[in-house]
Amino acid sequence: MSHRVNILEHELVPQHILLSEEEASKILKRMGISRRQLPWILASDPVAKAIGAKPGDVVMVIRKSPTAGVSVALRYVIRG
Amino acid sequence: MALKFEETKTIKAIVFGVLSPDLIRALSVTRIVVPETYDEEGMPIRGGPMDRRLGTVEPGVRCETCGNYVMLCPGHFGHVELARPVIHSLFAKTIHLLLRATCRRCGRLLLPPPEIEEAKKRVKRLEKRWPLLKYKYGETIAKKAAKSTVCPHCNAQQYKIRFEKPYTFYEEVEGGSVLLRPIEVRERLERIPDEDLEVLGLDPRNARPEWMVLTVLPVPPISVRPTITLESGMRSEDDLTHKLVDVLRINQRLKESMEEGAPQLVIDDLWGLLQYHVATLFDNELPGTPPAKHRSGRPLRTLAQRLKGKEGRFRGSLAGKRVDFSARTVVSPDPNISINEVGVPTEIAKVLVVPEKVTPWNIEEMRELVRRGPFEYPGANYIVRPDGARIDLRYVANREAVAETLKPGYIVERHLKDGDIVLFNRQPSLHRMSIMAHKVRVLPFKTFRLNLLVCPPYNADFDGDEMNLHVPQNEEARAEALTLMLTQEQILSPRYGAPIIGGLHDYVTGAYLLTRKDTVLDKKKISILLFEANFEETLPEPAILKPGPYWTGKQVVSSLLQRDFNFEGRASVCRKCSSCLKELCPYDAYVLIREGGHLIGSLDKNSVASQVPSTMLHDYVRRYGNEEGRRLLDGLYKAFIRYLDWYGFTMGVDSLDVPDEALKEVKQLLDKANEEVFKLIERARKGELEPLPGRTIEETLEQRILDVLSRARDRAGEVASRYIGLLREANIMARTGARANILNITQMVAVLGQQSIRGERIRRGFTNRTLPHYKWMDLGSKARGFVYSSFKNGLKPTEFFFHAMAGREGLVDTAVRTAQSGYMYRRLANALQDFYIAYDGSVRTSEGFIVQFRYGEDGVDPAKSDHGKPVNVDKIIKEVLSERGG
Repeated sequence: MSHRVNILEHELVPQHILLSEEEASKILKRMGISRRQLPWILASDPVAKAIGAKPGDVVMVIRKSPTAGVSVALRYVIRG
Repeated sequence: MALKFEETKTIKAIVFGVLSPDLIRALSVTRIVVPETYDEEGMPIRGGPMDRRLGTVEPGVRCETCGNYVMLCPGHFGHVELARPVIHSLFAKTIHLLLRATCRRCGRLLLPPPEIEEAKKRVKRLEKRWPLLKYKYGETIAKKAAKSTVCPHCNAQQYKIRFEKPYTFYEEVEGGSVLLRPIEVRERLERIPDEDLEVLGLDPRNARPEWMVLTVLPVPPISVRPTITLESGMRSEDDLTHKLVDVLRINQRLKESMEEGAPQLVIDDLWGLLQYHVATLFDNELPGTPPAKHRSGRPLRTLAQRLKGKEGRFRGSLAGKRVDFSARTVVSPDPNISINEVGVPTEIAKVLVVPEKVTPWNIEEMRELVRRGPFEYPGANYIVRPDGARIDLRYVANREAVAETLKPGYIVERHLKDGDIVLFNRQPSLHRMSIMAHKVRVLPFKTFRLNLLVCPPYNADFDGDEMNLHVPQNEEARAEALTLMLTQEQILSPRYGAPIIGGLHDYVTGAYLLTRKDTVLDKKKISILLFEANFEETLPEPAILKPGPYWTGKQVVSSLLQRDFNFEGRASVCRKCSSCLKELCPYDAYVLIREGGHLIGSLDKNSVASQVPSTMLHDYVRRYGNEEGRRLLDGLYKAFIRYLDWYGFTMGVDSLDVPDEALKEVKQLLDKANEEVFKLIERARKGELEPLPGRTIEETLEQRILDVLSRARDRAGEVASRYIGLLREANIMARTGARANILNITQMVAVLGQQSIRGERIRRGFTNRTLPHYKWMDLGSKARGFVYSSFKNGLKPTEFFFHAMAGREGLVDTAVRTAQSGYMYRRLANALQDFYIAYDGSVRTSEGFIVQFRYGEDGVDPAKSDHGKPVNVDKIIKEVLSERGG
């Protein structure tokens, strides 16, 4: 018997937010970089699949950090 | 082909391949035939290896090919048409593989067509995702094909091909082996179709296999192998030129012999010789071949030798270049100069120069330097006129006259003088603190002098260490060095989050002795101490008035601290009592500084040492900045050393003397432990020992014995340190954290303890025993390396041997560990070297890729942090409250 687990609810999975096109380009413009210069995440990554991220999207990851409490990172979704 | 330097081009890709004969001819400006370099008049022979068309190396001569002078002529290749083809020995392995993998008749890959198709598809796939795997795959395919005995395409019988290093091939036909001449090899390689090559991982457009058999040889330009003219007018050719002459001579003879129709035997001989010369031209250290020698018997340094090894092009000329304006010599200590200074020997100061522009304001000074010339110390070595002409003052007869010609705008290259900024470095440069800027102090004698407090950042000591010094040559470099790299700017290290510049060893002892409760100083003494520390105010009120005016050591410290400095902390001598009496501490281990007054507590490792966080020094530097921190290090720390000097701190065997009762007590303890060990062994033998979970009886026994012995050692140590007074020098050093620890003292006084190898008691040696002094299977403490003697009383021979065994293991371990961790660190540093922290606080690579969105996720500079946190709230509250309430 198998039952599906919602990985987004797991303790160790940080919060992933799919950014809209406008939000993404706004943030990238502020940092003065292109999308490809962000760290990458595969579209086949379980979390990327769960939130429905497609190649070319930008995902915001909000996670706990031992040094800063909360840290925010961005990921560029690539094919794979 | 005039070179245009303003053109910039972007490299999109690099393709590696093998030069084809056509390409070699196309690259060549002329064919080289004659094996002679110069004629009787010393003119280069046309068509010889020094042909003028291959580029100029003599100044003032235009190149016959490009028309440029030496500086602009890049040099041009020529070529030799070889009379007979020869194997390129560096490709011999590839040739061998290809010969085995392809048919001797039709040249096809020795695999059935469906397999070739399959492999083709796989290569295509690999090319896309893992281009490097393609070559490995090609190799496997070739090895597989080499196993076939019959060609699947033309049914020809295949024979084994034997390769004899470095460049000979034989085919093992029925009834003996047949030599494959390079011509035949080349013919076979020519037959391999392009499609099959692609399967094997070769790129047929850029590397056809038959090109690996040379028919045309490129002749490198003269600028690669310049003629050296000795002072005597003798000319001496480069090794490569010698080799080329050899090749040309044999090539000519071979050609003539062939035209004359000489016997095949003679031709084969010459052919072999040509092969040898061409092979050694590429690499003169081929296995199985005698290296080509110079007339003097010295092996020639040909192409491969120029690139290979420590002195080769890569390690010697590119990765490790020598630089101008630098000096290297032994370092020695000088506690009297500032941490910002470096002592430079006069001899070195006379060679290293700083270019100084002549202005109306310094013209007289510069004239004086020029008059003094290059040999008298504050002088000058060169003058550079505005038109760029350099005047070497060594050869100027009348310096007086030259000095008068100085005008504003001239540049004088004057000797290094006090206050100049230089960079100082000690290898291995693992840190940013391994290269720091210092101010010059020109001193007599022949060593670089540095303040002892900067030993930790350089990791320097004075057992023969050498260090390097570099002189920045322009204002920008000097300004940058001064603001970013000056020693005082590096006091706080990002590596520890603690000061890396600070007291060690004697400084700690000195600080403790000076600030101990019982230290009193008369007027003369405190005056000298404060004078040493650059104290320029009036003497504080004496703390003791009767029987006369006396000052405490703590008053010295108080005088040198800022008026509003507060510090609270525990000294290293603290006994860690269960309830701290704070101000009433009987050991004076509670350090309290209020409003710049050192009230109680003696200073030691936890107050003044380097590489310890949250010390008085650390708080002080953080609170008042680097400049004031440097003042403290240059002042107070000198007082520590001066006081220690007066005290006459020294240690002898007598500081390890303990009363006989103590030794008796130690002996009793150890005897009891020894007996206990025997009891354990006895119990184990009878099978009464309860094994520990997951252990065998033997392991349990070992563990129990180790426990018993280590407990006994600890107890013996306690006894010893109870008897050894607090005042003894060894004890002072251990307690204050200056050097060594209590364990070292107990090893000297009471018992050395268990010697171990690989964390176990010593087992090595003969079967079932360590040394012939013991019985078989003796598991007792003595037989397994427990040393009952102390260093002071001396070890017994067997004990000494065990100690040497354990000592050797420690030595080997440190050697291995430093080598391994050094390489690990090097790889890490190389991987991270291009990362930088951008202005928005993110960490990026040189290409702008983001690594961290904020440095360390919190953006905190570890050098400025408090235990990794940006601020220490408790500390701030305390500070604010004390400001308010007083």
